[in-house]
Amino acid sequence: MIEFKLPSLGADMDEATLLEWRVKPGDKVKRGQVVALVDTAKAAVDVECWHDGEIFELLIEPGAKVPVGTPIATLLEAGESPPRVRRQAAPAAPSTESAPAASPMAAALVAEPALPPASRPRVSPAARKRAAELGLDPAALSGSGPHGVVTLDDVEAAAQPAAPVDRHAAMRQAIAAAMSRSKREIPHYYLSETIALGNAMTWLQACNAQSTPEQRLLPGVLLLKAVALALRDYPQLNGFWREGAFQPAAGIHLGVAIALRQGGLIAPALHDVADKPLRQLMSELGDLVQRARSGSLRSSELSDASLSVTQLGDQGVDCVLGVIYPPQVALVGFGRILERPWVEAGQLCARPTVIASLAADHRVSDGHYGARFLGEIRRLLQDPDKL
Amino acid sequence: MDKQQLRQQVLEELQRIAPELEAETLRGDRPLRDEVDLDSMDWLRFLGALHRRFAVNIPEADYRQLHSLDSLIGYLQQRLTTASAQNLAK
Repeated sequence: MIEFKLPSLGADMDEATLLEWRVKPGDKVKRGQVVALVDTAKAAVDVECWHDGEIFELLIEPGAKVPVGTPIATLLEAGESPPRVRRQAAPAAPSTESAPAASPMAAALVAEPALPPASRPRVSPAARKRAAELGLDPAALSGSGPHGVVTLDDVEAAAQPAAPVDRHAAMRQAIAAAMSRSKREIPHYYLSETIALGNAMTWLQACNAQSTPEQRLLPGVLLLKAVALALRDYPQLNGFWREGAFQPAAGIHLGVAIALRQGGLIAPALHDVADKPLRQLMSELGDLVQRARSGSLRSSELSDASLSVTQLGDQGVDCVLGVIYPPQVALVGFGRILERPWVEAGQLCARPTVIASLAADHRVSDGHYGARFLGEIRRLLQDPDKL
Repeated sequence: MDKQQLRQQVLEELQRIAPELEAETLRGDRPLRDEVDLDSMDWLRFLGALHRRFAVNIPEADYRQLHSLDSLIGYLQQRLTTASAQNLAK
């Protein structure tokens, strides 16, 4: 039997509210499959399962708020036969088949357990009619009416997802917690370098000139790819500080800081950036931005990022010196791409340039190492064909 | 299509990208991307939407003509007029 725990949703999200299950007991699930939808301070998140197996029991009900790491379901491994008795199979539960009744939460919700099963469930006629329309079992709801009668309001409430949280306040809290932790625990050092983008921008213009808007590449995608490729040679910046030691990350998954229209930000991961061609990265980035803003990210996207990148050039700033997102150990920032005075072969000229910055964790790397990393990004960006 | 209809349709596409946008308070002579807070990804999505809706592919080289909403509408109207004139000529 495998205990499936609510996975990490990133450093600034330590609990989540279950909105709905996407599976039921008896369902076969594959690693990576979405099994539940939860709500967090920042966004609704599709929770992916990390084991192959068969869902045995769902341990929490929609509406329940639980900390990360809480067991939320049990799975049977391939070939494992179900235990004879379900842990919570109370004999009173009338419908063990309709999955949620097997869980402790549901057992608590079943109205009036003292009633003999033969007696008529106390449900108001309006509630019964509405429940039938919604496909709910009114007898499984807790009644708020006199003597625990299930009313129309109870049915309507049961049909609604969990009450909306004050997203803005919750998001500020989440950012405050993560960033305070970062500034309290991580000894940051900062470096910056102005990088000429003449070649890159000329290449990009030529590439985009023949394209429809849907096919065009943004300069930011070149920058992301260059960061990812440089990380191959500078692994001390790609990973996590956990339990007093550095753990290099297995893949190069870049957290992309995305400003949300209603305020706040989220930095979901773009996976395996170093291995993907630019066009694929562009379409995946577009998809990620849209999903971040519409609130449909996956749990792995919120916990996997091994280094984050923030680009504030669109807002017109020259340079951003970022705050590392724990447990990551570095953050790369890019300001605005702009024509600036530049000296080339002894001649003063105007060239598009960008100021790249690195904020890195001094427990893991030193300025010398970080400087060489920025230099590698610069070198890669001079040869856009190879990105 | 007259200017008012065109403006209405452009605003619809803008609102799809920036749902909080209030059309009445949008100042047509101000820099559009600042007025609506469009980042470069939003901007590309917006141009993609205009491409699909009006069959007008706006090249990067013309971005400077799209400074404000008013100038964007003017630009689109001109492109659409040219396109229909060409169709008539065929």
